[in-house]
Amino acid sequence: MPHIYIDGKRIETQSGKTIIEAAYDNGLYVPHFCWHPELSVAGNCRMCLVEVGLPKRLPNGEFETDSNGNIVVSYMPKLQIACATQVADGMHVRINYDKVIKAQEAVMEFFLINHPLDCPICDEAGQCKLQEYAFNHSRGESRFEETKNHKDKRIPWGPNVLFDAERCISCSRCIRFAKEIAHQDVLSFVQRGDHVTIKVQDGAKFDNNYSMNVIDICPVGALTSPDFRFKSRVWDMSFNESICMGCSRGCNIQIGVRNNEILRIEPKTNMYANKYWMCDYGRLSYYKKINGNRVISPTIKKNGVQTEVSWEEAISYAASILRKYKPSEIMFVGSGRSSTENNYALVRFAKNVAKSTNIDYYERIDQSFADNFLRTNDLNPNSAGCRSIGVMPSSEKYSLKNLPENIKNGSVKLVYIMDEDFDLDDKYIQALRNTEAIIIHSTNHSKLTEIADVVFASSYFAESEGTFINIDKRVQYFEPALITTENLHRMGMKMSRLDKFGAHNDRWTQKELRNCRPTWKVLSLLASHFSVNFNYNKAEDVFNDIAHNVGSFNGMSYRLLKKHQGIVLGKANNPDPVIHNYESHYMKPN
Amino acid sequence: MNINTENIEKNRMTFWEKIYLPEIARGLGLTLKRMFRQKMTRQYPEERWEPLGSYRGRPVLVEEGGKERCVACGLCSRVCPALAIEVQAAETPDDKERFPAKFEINMLRCIYCGFCEEVCPEEAIVMSKDYELVFASQESAIMNKEQLLVPIAQLQDRLEFLRRYK
Repeated sequence: MPHIYIDGKRIETQSGKTIIEAAYDNGLYVPHFCWHPELSVAGNCRMCLVEVGLPKRLPNGEFETDSNGNIVVSYMPKLQIACATQVADGMHVRINYDKVIKAQEAVMEFFLINHPLDCPICDEAGQCKLQEYAFNHSRGESRFEETKNHKDKRIPWGPNVLFDAERCISCSRCIRFAKEIAHQDVLSFVQRGDHVTIKVQDGAKFDNNYSMNVIDICPVGALTSPDFRFKSRVWDMSFNESICMGCSRGCNIQIGVRNNEILRIEPKTNMYANKYWMCDYGRLSYYKKINGNRVISPTIKKNGVQTEVSWEEAISYAASILRKYKPSEIMFVGSGRSSTENNYALVRFAKNVAKSTNIDYYERIDQSFADNFLRTNDLNPNSAGCRSIGVMPSSEKYSLKNLPENIKNGSVKLVYIMDEDFDLDDKYIQALRNTEAIIIHSTNHSKLTEIADVVFASSYFAESEGTFINIDKRVQYFEPALITTENLHRMGMKMSRLDKFGAHNDRWTQKELRNCRPTWKVLSLLASHFSVNFNYNKAEDVFNDIAHNVGSFNGMSYRLLKKHQGIVLGKANNPDPVIHNYESHYMKPN
Repeated sequence: MNINTENIEKNRMTFWEKIYLPEIARGLGLTLKRMFRQKMTRQYPEERWEPLGSYRGRPVLVEEGGKERCVACGLCSRVCPALAIEVQAAETPDDKERFPAKFEINMLRCIYCGFCEEVCPEEAIVMSKDYELVFASQESAIMNKEQLLVPIAQLQDRLEFLRRYK
């Protein structure tokens, strides 16, 4: 295996790798703008210039040494770019060296000549690679006295991307992304020199399913999201790691929250699930549902009207309804949109407390949603979780498909629905109008909450801890990003700055604090009405119960899931190796 | 116990001090003397003090051409040690792209440190000479953008001071 020396440190690497890759694998950092591990090498930013040399050899093939016995290295007179120079055995590379630092400063000076002083109005400020490098690799002053070049601002490339030509540093990351990852080759450079800009081909729109990823990889604020534009400064938000609920791919995401409201969803690197990307649907579609039209406290139906009640009252009322029916008359509906913990608690409740085996979940299959990259045809983020812990009926007669028929012929009289609103077809809701009693856990107001007898306010995945299992059977952990009355005391430093320090009379803390609970918690309280003790105090207790009782989960724990960025079912003893994730640029915690 | 009583004996009043009347006469004499000297007090509500440009009074937004200079970058809000400032940006069709849809300073939180003014990249928030801040309720102490906007002509002293010393 070849080895190279970076600043005198010996590094083992593989042949064919470039210097920047070899350095990155070993935790060393070469400043760069245009290089990205998933994209082809363009080599046009010139920020990663390093000094490269090979040891001198004597005519007999031995290394030449100086009087102290050190190997004499003959460095190339000109600096080389680390992203396009392949390693050679015995190569010496200098990064933190006077000549290299001077070159970096010169490159930064060139970048900043025509870069506008837009930081106060630029959304990228605070997570900008150019801003960061201006501190770390620049001289901090400009010698440019002439007027800056002005170009067009606010050019829409497509429905989800806005381009600001002035801020662009021509790194070509977006062009390469469009060509190589999104396979929509419509972007290209036009003009030359300081007039260079990027244009979408005439008549075309940059509107593929993954267009918004260019906003993330853009090292400056040239590409911004019209959806997020000017909503908040990044340093005012909290970013918590979670899993996308858009489809069963299980893209790792970061949820940006301010004032208990989700403002932005962006991908989090996980090389085993989504790499660096996620689709626009995941970013834009469902976070508005989490922010608005929520069930904020438990209600029961009194004289045909939903009335807010305390948790104790709602739970004991639900228990009294459950007692009225025989086990075979109760149908439980789990949810592929709810965590594995919630579904497991429901299975345990159905089997041990209600003694019913009529349990199923609602499948959301949409072939038109799938593409050959990340998006899958299964719109439930946790179908695999439902199947692996046994959310399935004991006989075909009691499957969800036959529910309308079972209600009609009177074999099912009580339906217990968890976190499900049957949004894709109406026939279930029509059928449910004829049941004797409905108990639901619901996150949002829907047609179902109007007809239910008991509505438990349910936490979204963004408000609770738990796991989703994706299409590749990868168990992935997510943490809460929003506060509820339930998790308020545990969120602490995970809250955004304003949420943390607000007082009751500050207008900026007048957020909606929802009195909702994760389903496993409600179910364990409900079980205690039937003298069954689940012993669940936190989501981790439920997961440990699963890991203990379900074979494929054996050996898993939240600690391991966090460490390995998810573990495939049945592989807890042999998980995928931990990878040092590349982050181009990101918001540093304040 | 060995207590030193020497100092206590020294501070004992004399006979003339104890009878008190000569001291009253001396005090009135002092008052009489001061009555004919120059007056140092100010008749406050009628007679107001005009602070210098260096005075840090109520923070205000600079209004230029009927509009605020502020672009809602949020740096004042970030640097404010008392979390008094709340800014919500929004988009405008103007050249500067961004403006504060909401700009509120909670004057009960403000500690008049002047960091907001120091950090402002647009010279849009400055400390004014306004020192008369009385509120009847907590709500009225939260000043909105309209209350904060002050025409630039009234802030020349402070802007001059900032240009010279900032």
